Amino acid sequence: MSDLRELYQEMILDHGKSPRNLRAIENATASAKGNNPLCGDRVTVYLTLRDNTIEDISFEGAGCAICTASASMMTQVLKGKTEAQAESLFGKFHHLVTDGEVDDDGGLPLGKLEVFQGVREYPIRVKCASLPWHTFRAAMRQQAQAISTE
Amino acid sequence: MSSVAQVETRGHRGGAIEPLDVESIREDFPILKRRIHGKPLVYLDNAASSQRPRAVIDRVKRLYEEDYANIHRGVHTLSQRSTEAYESTREKVRALINAAETREIIFVRGTTEAINLVAHSYGRRHIKAGDEILITHMEHHSNIVPWQMLCEQTGATLVVGPISDQGALVMSEFEKLIGPRTRLVAFVHLSNALGTINPTKAIVNLAHERGVPVLIDGAQAVPHLKVDVRDLDCDFYAFSGHKLYGPTGIGVLYGKAELLEAMPPYQGGGDMISSVTFEKTTYNDLPFKFEAGTPNIAGGIGLGAAIDYVTEIGLDRIAAHEYELLAHATRAVGQVPGVRIIGTAPCKASVLSFTLDCAHPHDLGTVLDQEGIAVRTGHHCAQPTMERFGVPATARASFAFYNTKQEIDALVGGLHKVIEVFG
Repeated sequence: MSDLRELYQEMILDHGKSPRNLRAIENATASAKGNNPLCGDRVTVYLTLRDNTIEDISFEGAGCAICTASASMMTQVLKGKTEAQAESLFGKFHHLVTDGEVDDDGGLPLGKLEVFQGVREYPIRVKCASLPWHTFRAAMRQQAQAISTE
Repeated sequence: MSSVAQVETRGHRGGAIEPLDVESIREDFPILKRRIHGKPLVYLDNAASSQRPRAVIDRVKRLYEEDYANIHRGVHTLSQRSTEAYESTREKVRALINAAETREIIFVRGTTEAINLVAHSYGRRHIKAGDEILITHMEHHSNIVPWQMLCEQTGATLVVGPISDQGALVMSEFEKLIGPRTRLVAFVHLSNALGTINPTKAIVNLAHERGVPVLIDGAQAVPHLKVDVRDLDCDFYAFSGHKLYGPTGIGVLYGKAELLEAMPPYQGGGDMISSVTFEKTTYNDLPFKFEAGTPNIAGGIGLGAAIDYVTEIGLDRIAAHEYELLAHATRAVGQVPGVRIIGTAPCKASVLSFTLDCAHPHDLGTVLDQEGIAVRTGHHCAQPTMERFGVPATARASFAFYNTKQEIDALVGGLHKVIEVFG
């Protein structure tokens, strides 16, 4: 069970059960749909971008605890960040869940997102954690069509 | 739990059946000794693919070490020995499903390819714009997508027969859907996502009364039920070797000889011809007309060993044991707080699909894996079925004759662990 607690940390369980920013943004400047065909997880990310800054961000959908928590915490962390900061966090998060490494290159730290470090021990679950981030990136690129982590 | 009481299998009807010696059967499957994360493997993902008995593993090994060569062509000893072994599987398949002749047994890669073969060869010849192909709401994607593709190409329409909240086909509605434009009825014998056994013979009768041919997806049925294609009177029957304890990449399309005779080849190449000139090619006879190229020789021979193994044990006894397993699992898993069983049709076999209210199936699967328990989680390649029940995914425990009640109890213990983490 100790291994499982590495994956399912309290904060992940909490956000999995009570996701924050789980709503649509009516006048979003961008949104994108993501889909993990392996497990059927679907997430839609909404953005309000003004002057290169993420003024508001939310999501709908998701599925498993890892995916839902990742989406929830992502929206909390990215709110108020610039596009460049968000892009840097995307890279760091991706590195964290695939290699388990925490980049310390002087940019914004991952902070509480480090609870997802345990995911790298479960390769099949990496996509669950990264789906919201890939979907966010697609929204940033104003891609209207659904993207896929496959 | 009335659904449990009503679960039935063909084997169970037959009266006294000698019970299986499961402990000795388990000795035949080397992988069952495996430990996962330090726990004994509890393999409950048999509907995705079952495990191989030593007889199959050894047969394939012996082929490669002693007899292997290409088949149907060489005059040399090894080619003849390989050909004989491969072709003996055709007879074993014929006997297993009680087909009339071995030329009605076409080797393919699996159920998916078998259905695609019929869609391409039979479908393109007989199905035109305005025609209808009737399926059910509980089909695997492999019995949906080939027909959708055919409809796109021909202008035909795919019609879907509804299922009840229990996951049973609504026969009164289905019957009405077989109309003057229906050119083919295609349906699953035993649903991989719900465990429902369809009233196969009744459906075939309804279709035939209206002159409509029938294809049955038997991927899940053949390993768990005694199948008799002549008794069913179906026109096509498809199944895979790897769910029948045989190798992957080998499967079977059964078709009535007169239908197969009239169908054009599916793929062109070697083995499917009797003579080739640049002006004209004459196609080979059945079954070779549909078997272009060097086939999965080891797969076919391994499948023969698997059929021998299963036949020796007896599908009646297998079905009876699995009936007990499913009844026990339905009771035990059904009592776990927060469990909703998806698929409670009166007639079921070997599959228990469920959700747990506190955890997504994907999380549940990860926790169970830590306990050494392998179940499938997801949409089971049956997204429309999942949608029908308003769930994106389920967890699915699926049983084989080597599974035990103790393993089901381990599954229940694992579910309590899931509740500990997420409840």
